[in-house]
Amino acid sequence: MDVTVIRVLFVLVTVAGGFGLAAYVLAWLLLPAAGEETNIASRALADRRGLTLAAGVGSLLVALLIIASLLGVGWFGTVAWPLVISTVGIVLIWRNASPGEQETLHRLAEPLMSQGSETHRRWTLWRTGIALVLLIWGLVTLLHTSHAVLRPLSGVALVIAAIVVAFGPWWLRIARDLVAERQARARAEERSDLAARVHDSVLQTLALIQLRANEPQQVIQLARAQERELRSWLFEGRAPGSPAGDGMTIAAGVRLIQQEVEEQHRIPVEAVTVGDCELDDDLAALLAAAREATVNAAKWSGAPVVSLFAEVEPARVSIYVRDRGRGFDPAAVPADRKGLAESVRARMERRGGTATIRSAAGQGTEVSLIMSRPAGRRQQGRT
Amino acid sequence: MTGPARPRVVIVDDHGLFRSGVRSELGDRVEVAGEADDVGPAIELIARVLPDVVLLDVHLPGGGGQAVVSAIRPAHPHVRFLALSASDAPEDVIAVIRAGARGYVTKTISGPDLVDAVYRVAADDTVFSPRLAGFVLDAFAALPPDGQASPRFDPELDQLTTRERDVLRLIARGYTYREIGRELYISVKTVESHVSSVLRKLQLSTRHQLTRWAAERRLT
Repeated sequence: MDVTVIRVLFVLVTVAGGFGLAAYVLAWLLLPAAGEETNIASRALADRRGLTLAAGVGSLLVALLIIASLLGVGWFGTVAWPLVISTVGIVLIWRNASPGEQETLHRLAEPLMSQGSETHRRWTLWRTGIALVLLIWGLVTLLHTSHAVLRPLSGVALVIAAIVVAFGPWWLRIARDLVAERQARARAEERSDLAARVHDSVLQTLALIQLRANEPQQVIQLARAQERELRSWLFEGRAPGSPAGDGMTIAAGVRLIQQEVEEQHRIPVEAVTVGDCELDDDLAALLAAAREATVNAAKWSGAPVVSLFAEVEPARVSIYVRDRGRGFDPAAVPADRKGLAESVRARMERRGGTATIRSAAGQGTEVSLIMSRPAGRRQQGRT
Repeated sequence: MTGPARPRVVIVDDHGLFRSGVRSELGDRVEVAGEADDVGPAIELIARVLPDVVLLDVHLPGGGGQAVVSAIRPAHPHVRFLALSASDAPEDVIAVIRAGARGYVTKTISGPDLVDAVYRVAADDTVFSPRLAGFVLDAFAALPPDGQASPRFDPELDQLTTRERDVLRLIARGYTYREIGRELYISVKTVESHVSSVLRKLQLSTRHQLTRWAAERRLT
């Protein structure tokens, strides 16, 4: 049976008679948690200080109950004994729960026993004090409600105010944590995007510079080109490899890839485009992936020419990068070789596209990149 | 249809340097029967030597490559033309194909590939470069918008079959006919017949795109 169902049942029993809470706490004490051998009760028996503390808290509570009954607050009696049992149980659990449970408990109780700085603790004390006053005031108001309709309402309001004062800051912090977590995730995604881009441009250039170390003119040219690219990225916001400026189209982007690869790698790129359309972010990513695949072919395949074919159809844009070079076994590429895996495939998949790499040793390589187009942007079709 | 063992070739180009370049690239795999540098001399030369294949520059001073094709084809249908160009402007290429050339290659083609292309054209096969395949896909891209489909629209001529499209796409992706056959599980001969059919449509279709391109080159 589901945990939530059991908890809901216990809450219902508690509301009905009061013993539900006690039973729940006892079960907590006596049943070992999933994956543990001993229950909390057996550990609690060895914890003499815990037992003393529990006995102390229990007797204090009993004393309070006796005073309450003497004062004539009758309803208190009905929940009294379950309350005593639960409180004692909770004290024992508190001291003897497993580390995992301890952590959860601490989190839950954080607003009550904050371990922050001196001022923070004093502020917490104040808050708890105010909350208690409001709570008692509210309860008292609620309990003497013979006269008006407004009375119970104000009582409820006071109780709610007490809860807000006591737990409000804590809730705020939870909300803040959530936002922070979401931001952290966005940052991680951005970082992986950045890593892919840096790999595309800077790392590629550095690799080329190493290969051409004894051709100073070449090295200078490469470094200059890289500097230009980085500058335009950092200061003009134009991503390297994805020239997503306004008015940029697929055909122009493919031409640019052809031009850059021919310039940097001294290998002819046979580029063919069918149809054309404006770039959006998805298509810019597609182009960037195509560029990466083309550079890869130019660098590693050893083929005399690389074929680049882009077709714009109403429902999708596909780009094929093919070489008749040495090829490789796609399954045997180590995971740390980021080129194809990260830059091409991940980049496509992040945008909802697909990348298929077909290759075998000695038989060349073909990278197929397909990005579907959302229905809204299909009007602007071919040239 | 098998071509002659050693095709006889005429080279028509207005650049002497290019002609001698092509001549040396072809080597003795083919017999070069003559060279011409303009439309007039070319027509005269071709009619005289009747080569198997004419390597024809798309851009010639006196009217362009298609003027040569148009002048020769009616009288000598067995002379085949292979268009060569450096420009790759679609209207130039489409115009010369519509005039009757059997294929098109760019001037950057390698020696062995050029020899291969000559042999294929001599055997009445087609030679489609990736770029030409791209142009054709573009020209036959979508159905014309409603209303323009007009009584002149002939589905037999004015649109490509799915298979023809597949073949053209693979050519554009850099596949050879043999590789296309393997990819589509058809024979090289079947690939060839698909391309021939595309060529026929290219020459006979009255599609708006094609006629516009033709009109730009004053070809009717």
